[in-house]
Amino acid sequence: MSNDITEHQLDARRLLCPLPVIRTQDAVNKLHSGDLLTVTSTDPGAKMDIPAWCRINGHEVTEIKEQDHEIIITIRVINQD
Amino acid sequence: MKQQHEKQRKAVALISGGLDSMLAVKVIQEQGIHVEGINFFTGFCVEGHTHAIRKKHKDKQKRNNALWVAEQLGIKLHIVDVVDEYKDILLNPVHGYGKNVNPCLDCKTFMVKKAVEWLKEHDFDFIITGEVVGQRPMSQRRETMPIVAKESGGDDLLVRPLSARQLPPTLPEREGWLDREKLYDFSGRTRKPQMALAAQFGFKDYAQPAGGCCMLTDENYAVKLQDMWTNRPSRDYELDDIIMLKMGRHFRLAPHLKIIIGREEGENNFMQGYKNQFVSIFPTSHPGALCLVDGEFKSDEELNQALALVARYSQGKNSPQVTLNIRQTDGTEQEYSIAPMATDAIKKEWLV
Repeated sequence: MSNDITEHQLDARRLLCPLPVIRTQDAVNKLHSGDLLTVTSTDPGAKMDIPAWCRINGHEVTEIKEQDHEIIITIRVINQD
Repeated sequence: MKQQHEKQRKAVALISGGLDSMLAVKVIQEQGIHVEGINFFTGFCVEGHTHAIRKKHKDKQKRNNALWVAEQLGIKLHIVDVVDEYKDILLNPVHGYGKNVNPCLDCKTFMVKKAVEWLKEHDFDFIITGEVVGQRPMSQRRETMPIVAKESGGDDLLVRPLSARQLPPTLPEREGWLDREKLYDFSGRTRKPQMALAAQFGFKDYAQPAGGCCMLTDENYAVKLQDMWTNRPSRDYELDDIIMLKMGRHFRLAPHLKIIIGREEGENNFMQGYKNQFVSIFPTSHPGALCLVDGEFKSDEELNQALALVARYSQGKNSPQVTLNIRQTDGTEQEYSIAPMATDAIKKEWLV
C-alpha cells in the first residue's frame, strides 16, 4: 500500500450508459484510499449514475461540475487498499 | 462461540434493474444473507443509450436502473463489461433465437455462468436470480430453468427465491442457510404476486416490471441487425455497430451502401462523434440532419440518392435546391447542390 495520494484522470467522453460507470469502477479498483479520480463524461446519465455508484460502494464525490456539455466528477477513493 | 451454521452466508444476485431481481434480493436479505449484485453489460441494453441520446426521451429519468435498485436495497453492484464475450452467445446460440434475435436461453445461461465464476473468485456461497417459472416464453419455462442451472454450472447453487417452492430444494435450502418456507412459489405470466410483494416491502418506485430491457427482443432493432448481417461479409460486430443501429433512420440503398440520417438534435450531436469513422453528409444551406454513410458510393446514382434523401430530411425539403457537404473521414469536404427527394420517390424497400 502506498501512503502517497495520487490524482488521476479518466476520459469517458462519448461513452454512454453504463460505460462511464464501468470505466470509473475499473479505474477506482486500481487506486488506493485517498486517491482522487476525475472523470469527464458527455453522457447526461453519468451525473446520476457515477454518484450512485460511489454511494453504494462507499466512495466520496467531492465535486460535480458541468462545462461545455461535459460533466466532470471528482471522486475520492475510500477504504480500498 | 460462533457455530459453523452461523457463518455469514453470501449471495451474488443477477440484477437487471427490474422488479423481479429487486424482490429476489430483498427476500434473501430478509433471511440475513449478505447480498451483492452483479450486472452484465452486453451492449444491447435499451435504456442507457437511447435515453441518453434522444431529446425525445428527455422526460425519462436518465438513471441506470440496476444502480438505482442496488442503492434502494443497500447492496454493492458490480457492473461487468461482457460485450466481447457476448458476441459468441448472440452469433451462435446453442438453443436458438426467440421471436426476434433474442438468444434468451443461452443469454441467461451465460450470465449465470459468469456469476458462478464471480462467486468462486470472491468466495460467495450461492447465486440468486429474479426468475419466475413460466414468466418468459423462452428462458423462464419449467422445462428450461433446469437447463440454465445445469449448463451454467450453477446447479443447486442457483436459487430463484420467487419460484423456489415450485422447484427442487437447492443446496442453500437443504443446508439450512435459507428457510424454504420463507421463499415464494410464484409462477406464470401474471405480475400480481410481484406487485403485492413489492407493496409489502414498501417498494413504490421501480422500473417497468418484466420490461423488455434488451434491444434483441425489439422487432425494429432485430430487422436492422439482420440487415447488417445480411449485407456484410461477416456477422461479427463491434460495439459501435450495435449502438449505431439504435439511432437514426436507416436507408439500405444497395448491399454495399447504407445511410443513417439523424432524427433529432440529440442523435445528430451523438453522431457527430462518428465523423472520423464514417463519411458524413450535412446540409449547409438549411438546418438539417447529419447523415453517416456506412459503405461506399459505387455510382453517381447512389451518391445522388443519398444527397437527395439528406436534403429531404432537412428544413429545405420544400426548396428547389439544397446545398450539402460531403465530409471524408480525413476532414476534407466537397460541396454539392441537389433537389430534395420527393416523398413518393423514397422506395419502401430502402427503409430498414
